[in-house]
Amino acid sequence: MDFNQPADQNLFDRATVVGKPHARIDGLLKVTGTAPYAYERHDVVAGQLYGYPVGSAIAKGRIVAIDADAARSAPGVRGVVTTLDIEPLGIWNYNVARLFGGDVVEHYQQAIAVVVAETFEQARAAAALIETTYERDAIDVDLEAGWQRMQGTGEPSTQVGDVDAAFDSAAVTLDQMYHTPSQTHAMMEPHASIVDWSDGGQMTVWTSSQMIEWNRQALATTFGIEPDRIRVESPYIGGGFGGKLWLRADAVLAAIGSRALGAPVRLALPRPFMINNTTHRSATIQRIRLAAGADGKLTAIDHEAASHTLPGGRGENATAQTPYFYAAPNRRVIHHLVEMHLPEASDMRAPGEASGLMALEIAMDEMAEKLEMDPVEFRILNDTQVNPSDPSIPFSERHFVECLREGADRFGWADRNTTPGGRREGMWWIGHGMAGAYRGHLNLKSGARATLSNGRVIIETDMTDIGTGSYTILAQTAAETMGLPMGRVEVRLGNSAWPVSSGSGGQFGAASSTAGVYAACVALREQIAERLGVSDPEFSDGNVVAGDNVTPLSAITEELSAEDSINFGGFQTEDYLMATFGAHFVEVAVHVATGETRVRRMLAVCDSGRILNPITARSQVIGGMVMGTGGALSEELAVDLEHGFFANHDLAGYEVAVHADIPHQEVVFLDTVDGVATPLKAKGVGELGVCGVAAAIANAAYNATGVRVRDYPVTLDRMIDQLPAV
Amino acid sequence: MRAFSYERVSAPAQAASRAAEVPGAKFIAGGTNLLDLMKLEIETPVHLIDVSGTGLDSISDTREGGLRIGALVSNTDLAANERVRREYGVLTRALMAGASGQLRNKATTAGNLLQRTRCPYFYDTAMPCNKRAPGTGCAALGQGAFSRQLGIIGTSDACIATHPSDMAVALRVLDAEVETVTPAGASRTIPLDEFYRLPGDTPEIETALMPGEFITAVKLPPPVGGRQAYYKVRDRASYAFALVSVALVRQSDGSGRVALGGVAPQPWRRAQADAALPDGANAVMSRLLDGASPTEENAFKIQLAERTLAGMLAEG
Repeated sequence: MDFNQPADQNLFDRATVVGKPHARIDGLLKVTGTAPYAYERHDVVAGQLYGYPVGSAIAKGRIVAIDADAARSAPGVRGVVTTLDIEPLGIWNYNVARLFGGDVVEHYQQAIAVVVAETFEQARAAAALIETTYERDAIDVDLEAGWQRMQGTGEPSTQVGDVDAAFDSAAVTLDQMYHTPSQTHAMMEPHASIVDWSDGGQMTVWTSSQMIEWNRQALATTFGIEPDRIRVESPYIGGGFGGKLWLRADAVLAAIGSRALGAPVRLALPRPFMINNTTHRSATIQRIRLAAGADGKLTAIDHEAASHTLPGGRGENATAQTPYFYAAPNRRVIHHLVEMHLPEASDMRAPGEASGLMALEIAMDEMAEKLEMDPVEFRILNDTQVNPSDPSIPFSERHFVECLREGADRFGWADRNTTPGGRREGMWWIGHGMAGAYRGHLNLKSGARATLSNGRVIIETDMTDIGTGSYTILAQTAAETMGLPMGRVEVRLGNSAWPVSSGSGGQFGAASSTAGVYAACVALREQIAERLGVSDPEFSDGNVVAGDNVTPLSAITEELSAEDSINFGGFQTEDYLMATFGAHFVEVAVHVATGETRVRRMLAVCDSGRILNPITARSQVIGGMVMGTGGALSEELAVDLEHGFFANHDLAGYEVAVHADIPHQEVVFLDTVDGVATPLKAKGVGELGVCGVAAAIANAAYNATGVRVRDYPVTLDRMIDQLPAV
Repeated sequence: MRAFSYERVSAPAQAASRAAEVPGAKFIAGGTNLLDLMKLEIETPVHLIDVSGTGLDSISDTREGGLRIGALVSNTDLAANERVRREYGVLTRALMAGASGQLRNKATTAGNLLQRTRCPYFYDTAMPCNKRAPGTGCAALGQGAFSRQLGIIGTSDACIATHPSDMAVALRVLDAEVETVTPAGASRTIPLDEFYRLPGDTPEIETALMPGEFITAVKLPPPVGGRQAYYKVRDRASYAFALVSVALVRQSDGSGRVALGGVAPQPWRRAQADAALPDGANAVMSRLLDGASPTEENAFKIQLAERTLAGMLAEG
């Protein structure tokens, strides 16, 4: 199905299943522990051995020798493959560092060996016996130094008007520096795979991956084999947040072990190893300059940011939202990639905007204060309905102002104390803050197969459910399109044997894959109509209705199957700018003695097109708000500058928010639809929830204390020396 | 995890004598810290002596009017004990500030005292660490090291790790004693202020316990009364080790006692600092943290400790 123009009125505008709250259809499996996650798939193939990884102890250099004799002769060990035993493996498009093979070390904990044994304990014990000799290279992991080096270099990605002139003539200006730290995904389920490549022919991979087809293509490139020799299964995924977009060492080492030992091998990355072995969100340094007239209208926005990457990587572009979010006639945006020798920086939930809004939305708060304006009104005043960097391009739909007004109203924003440090309850200062949220919307081509069998419809696609609710919204889409109740739809996901979908990432999954299932169901409807010899029938209440001709779907005895994809036309990006919007409002308490900040109340108002299922969508947004709270107050991968690694590489040292940190969260979805986006008029919501949250908290902490912290996380040591005496 | 042998013992003296007989043996009870360290090969005992059957799981009154807490009493049970809650409130508060409900159910009193540091370099076997691998150096003192959580006083050029326990800070302010049995079968009592050793140039030796010596109980003197409080400062509201913690016992005349957690290799208390309590938080901390040598990253702990105590005093 080609989607070449905005959707008109269609069945989703009178939907009875799509858009309604429906509990997860896979929920029972999950809460009873019977959903099969990768590492626990004991039943898929007999004779599984256990693999355990060994990582580099240095950040950069060369491996001179690996002594694995003791490991090889350890109890239960079936074999050891070291990185010196094989030629360097191939590197697929989106991977940066080599996953295995050869003597070059590119980052700390890069995989250098795999031990395969009869039990997990034997493999782990033997792995510790491996002795490696290195030649160390000098390293550079200092982003601050990189920022200094980059000053005056590089080409702006956006340059509109005359920024310098605008600053010279502005009534009010702001020029501040902001820092965000590196962050790790910290999803519940680690990277894990079982690989059967016993005979070197067909490779079967049971894994935990957001992107089945990318995983398959990456395996093919890595091992230099044809993709059609590889089958990938990943029906259930215990979180990813971008950390499982790419092929990682778990599947590669398991495949190498399987090939070497002639048996299937299972391997999970241990938590303390994961953080330096896999990918993370890069730290950023950002300079933001804003200029405005006395009327509060922005006249110039100048955003310069830097992030780090291994050579060839993408870093974290914190300027992602700046060309589009606020109106201003003059604008300059530049992002510097600083090549450094930390592990591979890559995508994490809302890559770009998550870090960018942490800074920009503090800057907006500061600017509103300088202008003596309400920060909500300041944002409303600087709203735009067109791409401010190219005013000929309108937003497909943009209801940011409504988000701001609805949020302010529901939160009681008007009643807040506006004097920083001016409200105290017992030993706590109380503060309120808000921030805008912006996240671009992207669609990817997405396919599915729909099969009618005994009055039921079966959907098969390689789409994944990373905890987001894909099973449920795809079933709702099929039920709506086929006129069936939810109980007569079965959804099968995460298998490369099925049509290629968008996969899950970049908040493109829900909108793209539901459109793909819709396309497949429409193709199936056409087959059914042809089979019944009717034209343009209605599908409702389990029946095919063509005038007076009513045929129950269950009366069709032969199995009918149709496959199709949704292909998104160029008009979406040529004629429109598609994005999602939100507003966050937060109340915090800051301890008057210690400076500890605790969140007391959170509200998000979201504008992201049709909400396909308010239960699963809300779950996405509150999850984003939790992640944003961690990012605001505690999450930081601490860099050891001498050794070149993240030192706090476990969940004790890297502090994500826990239950006690999270108060009641309120989420409001505006009743909006976006016909430009998909036939279902839906956009992504899974990443919008994290965007802007941290800045709202930082702004609330400022309102509570009067101390402005521009570096994340907003921990007490960044403000304690500026707090008034107890 | 290295392969190890395992046995169960049924009496405290047997535990001590067996430990002395098998070099490289360790006691195990709740295992909430030891097993994690064994998985990472930070601890590599060749033999485990399971002491959970030694019957040391009760709390009883002492003749002097204090409490005798068996070594195996769980953190949960200790925190919930009626006398502890009523008469040693700082102890319950400290226990409840630590770990999680699940861990407190498994963790024992003696095991809590003997838990190892949470220094990130101690936890990474690829890094130098004088405590884990004597003589390899201290990565936490390297240029650009991550030392925000680490010690500011009582530390040495060899080690700046802190002791992570909350419970021990409360016990220190309550003048607790550690009761042990030696491999020879003799019992011994060690005041808590002599129990933990400062690192000096042997940070791998953390306590005054002799090889094989086994903790049987922790004894509390008669209740000291006063208002008792424990404030644990941390970046997140639960399930985090202290940046700084303060155990406070304050009498109605303004006198009292103060101990700190999160700043030193042992629960940190000084008599001259206690004596300054009537003069306020600054007077206490200028004595309690006199001689501190923080890193650039954790220098804030000095101010934080003073402000935390000031906040507790302000609350009354």
